[in-house]
Amino acid sequence: MSFEYEAVIGLEIHVQLKTRSKVFAPSSYLYGGDVDPKSVEPNTLIDPVVLALPGALPVLNKAALEQSVRFGLLVGATIPPVSNWDRKNYFYPDSPKNYQLSQKDFPITIGGEVEIELPGPSRNIMGEHKVIRLNHAHLEEDVGKLSHAGAGSLVDYNRAGAPLLEIVTEPDLRSSEEAVALLNAIRMLLVAAGIADCDMEKGQMRCDANVSIRQHGETVLNTRTEMKNLNSISGVKNAIEYEFKRQIREVEAGKTIRQETRGWNAETGRTYSLRSKEDAHDYRYFPDPDLMPVQVSEADQARLAATLPERPYLRQRRYMEEFALPYTITSVLVPDRLLCEYFEAAVAAHPANPQGVANLIVNDLLRELTAAKKSGAEENSFAEENAAEEVAAVSLADCPLKAEELAGLVKLTDEGVISKQQAKDVFVEMFQTGKSAAAIVDAKGLRQSSDSGEIEKIIREVLALPSSEKPIAEFKSGNEKAINSLKGPVMKASKGKANPQVVDQVLRRLLGEL
Amino acid sequence: MSLSQQTAVELAALLAAKEISAREILESCFARIAAVDGRVGAFLGYDAEDALAQADASDARRAKGETLGPLDGIPVALKDNISLRNQPLTCASKMLKGYVSPYDATVTRKLREQGAIVWGWLNMDEFAMGASTENSGRQITHNPWDLSRAPGGSSGGSAAAVAAGLTPLALGSDTGGSIRQPASHCGVVGMKPTYGRVSRYGVAAFASSLDQVGPIGHTVEDVALALQAIAGGDPHDGTALANSVPHYREEMQRKTGPWTIGVPEEFFAAGLDPDVKAQIENAIAFYQQQGCTIKKVSLPSTAQAVAVYYIISTAEASSNLARYDGIRYGHRSEKATDAIDIYALSRAEGFGDEVKRRIILGTYVLTSGYYDAYYVRAQKVRTLIRDDFMRAFGEVDFILAPVSPTTPFKLGERATDLLSVYLGDIYTIPVNLAGLPAISVPCGTAHDMPVGFQLIGKPLDEVTLFAAAQQFEQAHDFAARRPNL
Repeated sequence: MSFEYEAVIGLEIHVQLKTRSKVFAPSSYLYGGDVDPKSVEPNTLIDPVVLALPGALPVLNKAALEQSVRFGLLVGATIPPVSNWDRKNYFYPDSPKNYQLSQKDFPITIGGEVEIELPGPSRNIMGEHKVIRLNHAHLEEDVGKLSHAGAGSLVDYNRAGAPLLEIVTEPDLRSSEEAVALLNAIRMLLVAAGIADCDMEKGQMRCDANVSIRQHGETVLNTRTEMKNLNSISGVKNAIEYEFKRQIREVEAGKTIRQETRGWNAETGRTYSLRSKEDAHDYRYFPDPDLMPVQVSEADQARLAATLPERPYLRQRRYMEEFALPYTITSVLVPDRLLCEYFEAAVAAHPANPQGVANLIVNDLLRELTAAKKSGAEENSFAEENAAEEVAAVSLADCPLKAEELAGLVKLTDEGVISKQQAKDVFVEMFQTGKSAAAIVDAKGLRQSSDSGEIEKIIREVLALPSSEKPIAEFKSGNEKAINSLKGPVMKASKGKANPQVVDQVLRRLLGEL
Repeated sequence: MSLSQQTAVELAALLAAKEISAREILESCFARIAAVDGRVGAFLGYDAEDALAQADASDARRAKGETLGPLDGIPVALKDNISLRNQPLTCASKMLKGYVSPYDATVTRKLREQGAIVWGWLNMDEFAMGASTENSGRQITHNPWDLSRAPGGSSGGSAAAVAAGLTPLALGSDTGGSIRQPASHCGVVGMKPTYGRVSRYGVAAFASSLDQVGPIGHTVEDVALALQAIAGGDPHDGTALANSVPHYREEMQRKTGPWTIGVPEEFFAAGLDPDVKAQIENAIAFYQQQGCTIKKVSLPSTAQAVAVYYIISTAEASSNLARYDGIRYGHRSEKATDAIDIYALSRAEGFGDEVKRRIILGTYVLTSGYYDAYYVRAQKVRTLIRDDFMRAFGEVDFILAPVSPTTPFKLGERATDLLSVYLGDIYTIPVNLAGLPAISVPCGTAHDMPVGFQLIGKPLDEVTLFAAAQQFEQAHDFAARRPNL
């Protein structure tokens, strides 16, 4: 009977912001970069504020505030002129102050919406788009990490105080697929804007899911359960699906859903009760007296808005309309802001053939970049197994080729100076040597001949060969394909330089004359 | 009189004339401590080697004809809640036994930059909670004017140390009167600056929206000199005001009155000891003789101030003191076997009764369901209290009031009468709630103990308070009196 039910899902997404220092303290926290945070000695990214030593006071990191405001502007949220800090009080060893600085009543951004794309019927076909409303996003501090070793426990405060943006959606999601699509959409937005990297494996993006069920067509919001710390895409998907089915089972068995916090066990594939509403913490929130309220002026907003990229799905539609690019190509380009900028620079240099430019980037450039990255990382044999992730890991920052040079190659092909087949080889050489397309073509003498007089001379010689008698006869008797058996020797005789279109044209004329 | 008993200004003049060295001043302090502090109990301890190294550095500078400012070579001792790099910091609590601060408080750093010798750990009520220094988890401090009496608190060690001539200057902190009241009880001058005038960075927090560090000294000028050194904005404290700091000693000479002085009727009602009242009235009469206009003002919300204070300060304290958990530093119970035990047992063993009382009270007022009735309402009344003062400042230049309704009581006398102890802060608390500057100045004796009055000023108008307080001081001899020890 479960087809009668639909899931009502809201997410709380925690994202570590890309800033050099912590949100209220001067210590670095080694965000992203080449240093693996796991290789850093525990409790080295600390200072009196991070450790909550007596007398230490928090001071807001302006970069964390600005990244939060940029997120708000990116999703069309309202940025209130004043937001405020609250203390969330609870005792836990990973929390040095035993309160967390957060925002309860006056967050940095209010409202906004995120466009998501659901999986299409196949990889090559665009899926349905939907808009998910956000409730708000607020800035808070991360906690340290506890680990249990033998009889004791250890705590590492390197992560404590890292800036976290908590993005809270409205209960607009109706399936695990939509929840996953939202996470992907938010990741794409934040990565494009340089706000965060959102690598779930590195803990840069974490998620809590609120799930309730109702009959299709109903508009009520029923009692929900909250699942904490879903730290992978599959975790989010599986936990929501399990919880959806569990709630249906409960309701159909005549039980009521209790409001509670549940955990997700990835090994058993089940959610389990952590605490009921009655046992919920009283966090004794009150306004933090150490931090002044934050003011964001209209001028600040305008300045930050000017730093934002085009939203990925808007850009995708524009590429499809303006450049007539196919969906598959755009879905490779659009998630990567640098790739888009590269593409647009190349199109600006050679506006006549955006598809040709896009094809070269998506097929050849990304392949070469991936190969280069792979050979560079050979010693580190833990190569990712997922090819898609490999592509995502490629950075244009390593690209030796300027967009204008890539455009130059497309232009030479379009003008018939070299063939498409030759272009592929030239591209590899460009990538490896950094030379321009024209230089390589000239050095190798690859320029195609379009001189019909010269080509006619070669064709006449080929047609006179005894081996040509059979194909000529076949062509004459109506077998179109037989012409290819003549083109090969012609191209060979021209050392590949003859323009195939000219060859075709002249060959047909001469055959007609025979 | 030993060097240690002289004023900072006198010592600075002797240093400038090269008649004495900074080392001699400090050694005089050490000698005086050895001679009398066994009976007073102001110092929890000090690092002689570290202090002497600072003194020698000061003397070396002066030998080259250089100084870092008027405080160069002058010892300034610190209340035990102000961080001094690589020195113990306990807030007079067992909870912080063995803790060594790895960093300087901003006030400490600023004093160092002016060449002052920052030294010592002065006794206080544990975590600054109290008004007699009897809540110290470490030792009892005696009033130098009568060793059987309390010095006041919570900065009782700071006030007693200056009064007893153990250090020419000391820093205290004032959350609800903790500088002014012990200064009044010990016959010295104490200033609580405007909230935000002095950075709180490195000062262990009691109630963040009320705490303010300030100096205690023998004279108004000494206190002005010390405030000059520690005041100003601080990138480490978002509540520190960036407004430029006036040159107090110059500007206070230019202000000569006569002023319009407000006298709040609510501060002279029942509860004020008649002998104390008489001394305050003498001070009012003095200003009248100087040509000042005395104006009655009304601060009607004063009646709620103590209640508001014990909601807001305990709420903030309950959260501020949560960091003392036995996990990263400080006392950890040896009986603890898991995380909950570490919290519960370490805090039960480490904190004294008054601290526990206030943590429980503060936790209660923040609890869901009570928050609006207590904390939110208290914040609204706090605004009314500030409005009262600002309305009065529309008519007067500053306000004159008693500091404490009584003279210091006998040690142990009020141990069980907590309500009367809390009510003893009734004249000082409203000033903290309104964030205003106030200075406590000796003005006579009652029951053979010192009595002070306080001048309460407009925000950031410390200069007028210094000028008016000095006018009184220079017409009397209280600043020159020292207790017989």
